[in-house]
Amino acid sequence: MKTATLLEVRGLTKHFGGITAVDRCSFAVPAGTISALIGPNGSGKTTVFNLTTGYLRRDAGDVVFDGRTVGRPDPMRLYRRGLTRTFQQARIFRNLTLVENLCLGVPRGWPAFLRRDIGGNERARAMEILAEFGLAELAGATAGELSYGQQKLLEFASVLISRPKLVLLDEPTAGVNPVMVERLEGHIRSLHARGITFLVVEHDMNLVMRLCDPVIVMDHGTKLAEGPPAEVQRDPAVLDAYLGD
Amino acid sequence: MRRLSPAGVARALIVFGLLLLFPFVFPQHWILNMAFFVLMYAGLAVSWNLLGGYSGYVSLGHVAFFGIGAYAEAILFQHIGIGSDGYVPFLVLPLIGIGVGVAAVPIAWVAMRTRAMTFAIVTLTLLFVTQTLAFNLHGITNGSQGLSMPSPTFSLYERPFYLCVLGIFAFATLVAWHVRGDALGLMLFAIRDDEDKVRGLGVPTTEAKVLTFAVSVAMVAMIGGVWAYYIGFIYPQYAVDPLVMIGMILPVFLGGVGTLWGPVLGAFILVPAQQWLAYEYGASELYLIAYATVFLGIILLLPRGIIPSLQDLARGRRRRAGTGRTGSSSTPTAEPVGSSS
Amino acid sequence: MATPLLAIEKLTAGYGRGEVLRGVDLSIEPGSVTCVIGPNGAGKSTVLKTISGLLRPTHGAISLRGESIAGLSPQAVLDRGVVHVPQERSLFPSMTVWDNLLMGAFVLRDRTLVRDRAEAVAERFAIVRERRHAHAGSLSGGEQKLVEIARAMMLDPELLLMDEPSMGLDPKARHLVFTTIAKINEEGRTVLLVEQNARSGLAIAGHGAVMESGVVRLTGSGQSLLSNPEVARLYLGTAGALRK
Repeated sequence: MKTATLLEVRGLTKHFGGITAVDRCSFAVPAGTISALIGPNGSGKTTVFNLTTGYLRRDAGDVVFDGRTVGRPDPMRLYRRGLTRTFQQARIFRNLTLVENLCLGVPRGWPAFLRRDIGGNERARAMEILAEFGLAELAGATAGELSYGQQKLLEFASVLISRPKLVLLDEPTAGVNPVMVERLEGHIRSLHARGITFLVVEHDMNLVMRLCDPVIVMDHGTKLAEGPPAEVQRDPAVLDAYLGD
Repeated sequence: MRRLSPAGVARALIVFGLLLLFPFVFPQHWILNMAFFVLMYAGLAVSWNLLGGYSGYVSLGHVAFFGIGAYAEAILFQHIGIGSDGYVPFLVLPLIGIGVGVAAVPIAWVAMRTRAMTFAIVTLTLLFVTQTLAFNLHGITNGSQGLSMPSPTFSLYERPFYLCVLGIFAFATLVAWHVRGDALGLMLFAIRDDEDKVRGLGVPTTEAKVLTFAVSVAMVAMIGGVWAYYIGFIYPQYAVDPLVMIGMILPVFLGGVGTLWGPVLGAFILVPAQQWLAYEYGASELYLIAYATVFLGIILLLPRGIIPSLQDLARGRRRRAGTGRTGSSSTPTAEPVGSSS
Repeated sequence: MATPLLAIEKLTAGYGRGEVLRGVDLSIEPGSVTCVIGPNGAGKSTVLKTISGLLRPTHGAISLRGESIAGLSPQAVLDRGVVHVPQERSLFPSMTVWDNLLMGAFVLRDRTLVRDRAEAVAERFAIVRERRHAHAGSLSGGEQKLVEIARAMMLDPELLLMDEPSMGLDPKARHLVFTTIAKINEEGRTVLLVEQNARSGLAIAGHGAVMESGVVRLTGSGQSLLSNPEVARLYLGTAGALRK
C-alpha cells in the first residue's frame, strides 16, 4: 500500500551566479519514514534543504509540504506548519543559556509576549532533554561556551522540545562522538515511533544504511537514485559517483 | 540576571529612592538643571537600549520621535492653557506616548524589514526627514521661528520637571527590566544572535520587533514632551538634533549595551562630565575633545562597556581563585602514558 | 630515546567560565601521526588551540623541540612550523579558492616560492585544480574543508594540527583526506589530529590518546586502542563496528 507523501519537491532549481547548484531535482519523502538524502560534497543537498525550508528563494520548481504548496519562502510559517530543520554548522544562540536555547522554540502566541519567558514545566522538560545528551551540568552556561560537538547536540536537542511533522537534519552526527551518535540514533528512532518523519543528510553510511529507508541519492544538483538502502547500495551509478571504494 | 532577586529590587529601590529625595536635599537651580538633563539622557538611553541593545537593531532615528513628542507638547499648549497650577502638560504626556507609539507601528513595520547597516541608514533618514518637516511645515511648527510654551509658576521651578522626567525614566527602567524576564526579551536577545534561526523556530519576529520599536520611541517621545515644557522654546534643529541622538547612544555603549543598568551608569557619568567640561572649557571649544577623551579613556580600559567588563573581571578573579585550589590537585586517574616508539 | 617533537605537561586552560583543560599530559614523537579521541566537551579542540597560540594556557608547559611555546602568539607558533587547521570553516567566502590558498602563505616573502608551492598543492588536491576561480563561499562544506587542508600545506608545516579533518566529508572525500594525511606523514611531517571518526582516525594513527573531562585518560598505539574493548564501549561506539 502506498504511503502518503509528506514532502515533495518537483523540478527544484537554483542558480548561484554561473553555477547551477540544484538542477531540476525531484523526489518524495513518504510520511512516517526516516529518509536519507545522500550524495557527494557539492551535490546540492544543503541547498535543497535551504530551498525547502524557506531560507533560500527557488528559481524554479515546486515544494509541496503536507499536501499544500509552499508559496513564499518563510521559515516561520513552515515551522508552524510542522517543518523543522537543523544546520550543517550548528546554529545556536551564543549569548543565551542552554535552557533558553531549548525553550525559544516553544510555540507562543501574541499575548504570551509579556508572560515569563520560561515556565516551570518548560524548564523541567529542557533539563530532561539536556540530561539525555550529557549537557545538564552546563544548563546555565551560555551556548557560546560549548564545544562544537556540544553545540550540534544542543541544536538537535531543540528539535525534541517541539512536535513537528517533518524534521530535516543536516549532518546531525558530524563532529559528534560515536557513543553520542548512538544516542542520537535512538532519539531519532523513538521520535519516529511517535509519528515524526525525518529527512537526514548524512555521510555516515553505516548509520544511513541501518536507519533510513528510503535513501535518496543526489549528484550534481539532481536526483540520481531513490529507493530502499539495499537497492541504492547496489546501484552502479551510485557506487561510481559516491560510495566508490 | 533576569529574575526578580532581592539584590536587584534593593538596588532599584535605593537608586530611585535617592533620586526621589535628591531635589529636596539639593534644591539649587543649577544642580537641579543638570540633574534634569542627567535623568533625561538616562531615560533616553534606557529606552534606546530596549531596541538597540536587546535586539541589536541600532537606530539612528530615535531623536525624530523625541522631536515629535516635543512638538506635540508645544503645539497642544500653544493654544489651550496649561491649567492654573501648570501641571496639565505633565498629565498629557502618557497620551503623547501612546499616540506616538501607535503612529510608529507602520513606520516600524517598514523600517524593520531591513537589517543592520541598512536599518541604521533608514532610521537616520527618518531623522533628517523629520527635521526637514519641522522646518518646513510652517503652519504646524512655525518653522525656523520655533514654538514657545507658556511658563508655569512653580515655587521651586525645576523640581516638578525633575520629578516628571524621573517618573518617565523610572517607567522606562521598569519596562526594560520586565522585558528581560519575559518572552519578548528572550526573543529579542535571540534575534540579536541569529534572526533567521529565530524565525525558523516559529517565533513571530516582526511583531516582536515592531512592538519593541513602538514602546521604545513612545518613551522617547514622552521625554521629548517634558523637555519641551522645561525649555519653553523649541526650534527644529534642537528638537530633532543629531547631537541628542549621539547623546543617547554613547551612554549605552559606555555602560554596556544590552544590560539593564549600563545605560543609566553611562548617562550618570557622561552628562555631568559633558556639562562640567562645557562649563570649564566651553569658551575654547576644547571641551568636545575633553569629552571625547573621557569616553575613549573608559572604553579603552573597559572595551565591552563598564558593566560587562567588570563582570568579566569578577569572573576571571573567581576562576583564578578556583584554579589555585583545584587546578593542579585534580589528577587524572589515567593509565600511565604509553611509551613511545 | 629521541626528544619528543612536542611535549605537553600539566596543561590547564579555559575560556572564561571554568577550566576546560585540567592537566593534560601528551607527548608527540617526530614523524608520528597521533589521533586524539574522546567525548564532546573533553577539550580536544582546546588542546590544539592552546598549542597553536589561539588560547593562552593558565598553567603547564608546552615545548616544541625543547623550546617553550606556551603563551606565544599564533604568528610566533606559525613561524616555528606548526600549522593549525581549525574545525570551523575558515575560508574567506568572497575570495576565490586560489586567493584563499595564496592567503595561507601570506607571511612568506618570496612570491615565486609561494606560486610554486601553490601549483604543487593544486596538483595534489583536485578541488583546488578544478575550482580554482570559484568563490570559496559557493563550495559545499566538505569542499571547503579540502581547500583548508590544501591551504595549510602552503606553509610547509613540520607539525600539522588538524581538528576533525573528515567532518562533513562524503566517504570518497574522507578516504582522500585520510590517505592525504598518511602521505603527508610519509614526507616526514608530524600530524596531531582530533577525530570523532575515531575508527578511521586511529587506523591511520601510529599513536592515539583518549581525552575526557580535560585530561588524557589513556594513550597507546592506534591499533591497541582500537582493539581495547573498554575504549570501544566508552568512546568508539558499538554501532560502527562495520568496516569503515
